[in-house]
Amino acid sequence: MVVHSEVGAPSALAAWLPRSRGELLQRLPFFIMAGGLVFVAVWILFLANSTLVGSAVDNPGALLTTTFDALTIAGLYFIVASGFTLIFGLMRVVNMAHGSLFLLGGYIALHYEEQFVGGAVNSSVGGGIDPSQVSIGVWLATLVIGGAIVGLAAVAGQQLLLRWNQGQDLRQALITIAISFIAADQMIAHFGGISEDISAPGKIYYSYVLGVHYSVFRLVILGIAVVIGLCLWLWLHKTRTGMIIRAGVDDRQMVSALGINIQLVFALAFLVGGFLAGFGGGVGGSFASLAPEVDGNWLLNSLVVVIIGGMGSLGGAAVGAILYGFVTSFSATYLPTIGDNCCTQYSIIFTFALLAIVLALRPLGLFGRAA
Amino acid sequence: MTWLGVDLGSRIERTVALVVVVVLALGPFVFSNYWVSFVLTQVFWYAVLAMSMIFLSAYAGMVSLAQVSLFGISGFVLGNVVTNVASGNTKGLNLGWNPWIGILLGITFATVIGLIFGALASRSAGIYFLMITLTFAVLCNYFFGQVTLLSGFSGISNIYQRAPGFLGGDVQHHANRLYYLSFVVALAVYALIRYIVRTPFGIALQGIRDDPVKMSSLGYNVSLHRTLAFAFSSFLASLAGVLFVWWNGHIDPATINLTAVLDLLTLCVIGGLYRIEGAFVGAFAFVEINNQIRDVEVPWIGGTFNTVIGLIFLAIIVVSPGGLIGMWGFVKEQLRRGARAAPVEAGAG
Repeated sequence: MVVHSEVGAPSALAAWLPRSRGELLQRLPFFIMAGGLVFVAVWILFLANSTLVGSAVDNPGALLTTTFDALTIAGLYFIVASGFTLIFGLMRVVNMAHGSLFLLGGYIALHYEEQFVGGAVNSSVGGGIDPSQVSIGVWLATLVIGGAIVGLAAVAGQQLLLRWNQGQDLRQALITIAISFIAADQMIAHFGGISEDISAPGKIYYSYVLGVHYSVFRLVILGIAVVIGLCLWLWLHKTRTGMIIRAGVDDRQMVSALGINIQLVFALAFLVGGFLAGFGGGVGGSFASLAPEVDGNWLLNSLVVVIIGGMGSLGGAAVGAILYGFVTSFSATYLPTIGDNCCTQYSIIFTFALLAIVLALRPLGLFGRAA
Repeated sequence: MTWLGVDLGSRIERTVALVVVVVLALGPFVFSNYWVSFVLTQVFWYAVLAMSMIFLSAYAGMVSLAQVSLFGISGFVLGNVVTNVASGNTKGLNLGWNPWIGILLGITFATVIGLIFGALASRSAGIYFLMITLTFAVLCNYFFGQVTLLSGFSGISNIYQRAPGFLGGDVQHHANRLYYLSFVVALAVYALIRYIVRTPFGIALQGIRDDPVKMSSLGYNVSLHRTLAFAFSSFLASLAGVLFVWWNGHIDPATINLTAVLDLLTLCVIGGLYRIEGAFVGAFAFVEINNQIRDVEVPWIGGTFNTVIGLIFLAIIVVSPGGLIGMWGFVKEQLRRGARAAPVEAGAG
């Protein structure tokens, strides 16, 4: 998982200035993008008076809050999408059931939280578990249990349905779609259609961070994401298993010809990928909710992150998650409000724009490589 | 077992197709109202939509999950353009223009958006293309849900009251006209695809499906061909969108949500992703399965319709990736082999 960058040496800024007309045309997309970014920056800093929070000069706290929002949601995006990209990078399997694994992990974590603490968590009914009853240890334990069960389920599914048709990537993608279809219906049947929340641990709630009132819980999520990212990086780059996985990404047949049991490595990738999805589901269920169709949202989030960052690249997933997090948070906060219907809810357009720009410039994503 | 040089399988195919077309042409005289206005009209527009998807997968090797969104774009544009407050719709732009302008704008918007999106997505292929189109589809669903100017969650209603004159103005009271329109459109789209794939463009497209690198080195512009194929399929999907809004009278974001996307994929997989005829077989099978087991409770494991249809989908992908048409193709191949083997056996005996 080597990070490739097409941008030249940083000292060569002068070489970036166009010398001829042809070169100018070639770099036109770059200049348009740079202009767009400058406009966005100026808008947020000085002009955004008609928005919910006002311009950053008037209200610097809101800018900081939005930045925290962007980074924390990016953390969750990364946790979930890194599992997706790990499975894809090694096995060329697009796991369209990744959202289902996410939701299943959330439901299992919820179940165990109810078991450990006692009482119903359902927030829409009220009278659920009070956050003060949940310690951070119990909370983390439920998430790990959820992730572990989902990881095992993912391995089982892979052994049963994906092992015998390796290399037929479209067929495998369709199989995972069928599984997601069945799983969505089964989860409604067994966990119900009502939106439920996992209670987040109570000791870490709100506090003042850099002068703004902010949820410490969300910062903890960001911390967890960073730890997971570091662990994954260390695992992939500093251990023998990681070395085998990276070799497998480049050339599966060669690795298996060297006498390494590649099937075991594949199963491991599914275990870890499924764990990350299920763990992410627990985290997601703690700061948003668990409900039908959440699986679709999280499949979308994973897809957007890896399409932006490039399939199979851990660094790409991190960059993709951060870009996507910033676009969703900032467009939801800094779009002008005109009348009742406009425009903060139109933030979806900016996700479209982000994808379109990345795909137009780099069809395989920012850090993607051809198969 | 061969007669006049045509093998038995193809003969059976042609006879069945002819009988089906004749019976369907007599539709309103043969079937009950329920079958004509609900089941078969639905099969026809679904078949048009499925053909737009199968055209791409069979001849360009691109499995697109964006077809439902393009279908929805055409439907939403049409709904916004033709409805007015007098016709009982409260959401959207309510322009109240002539239905023909609505049809034209609906098709144009969907095709142009398809062209732009195709230009972005068609530089990737295979599962990348699948992912990108799925992302587009889900974002499109959110777009219409969020942008209350055009739709919002409740969507555009009472569109059927504003149909063009030849449909009788209010489609609800003239179900037979919509039936025949959908029937003719479905047949025309089928014929058009059969024609397109025989043109130099269609042949080049199939070459690109089989070996893009070779075609590229022969001087064909691979991504241009893919983009145009995608735009063409968007046009077909937009036709289905127009038929759908007249048939259903209402369109909302749930019409194009992830479930709807997967429904269409399921339909195409059941019918067969690699032959255009699969669209008709799949549409009929899907609509009928849907009618029969809509409210069923699955014993033992729990769940409803979606579990059943998902299991059918899974079984078909595992057993016969070519769908029902693929299974028939297998039978046909056996017949042909039997015909070839027969003289040898006679000689040996």
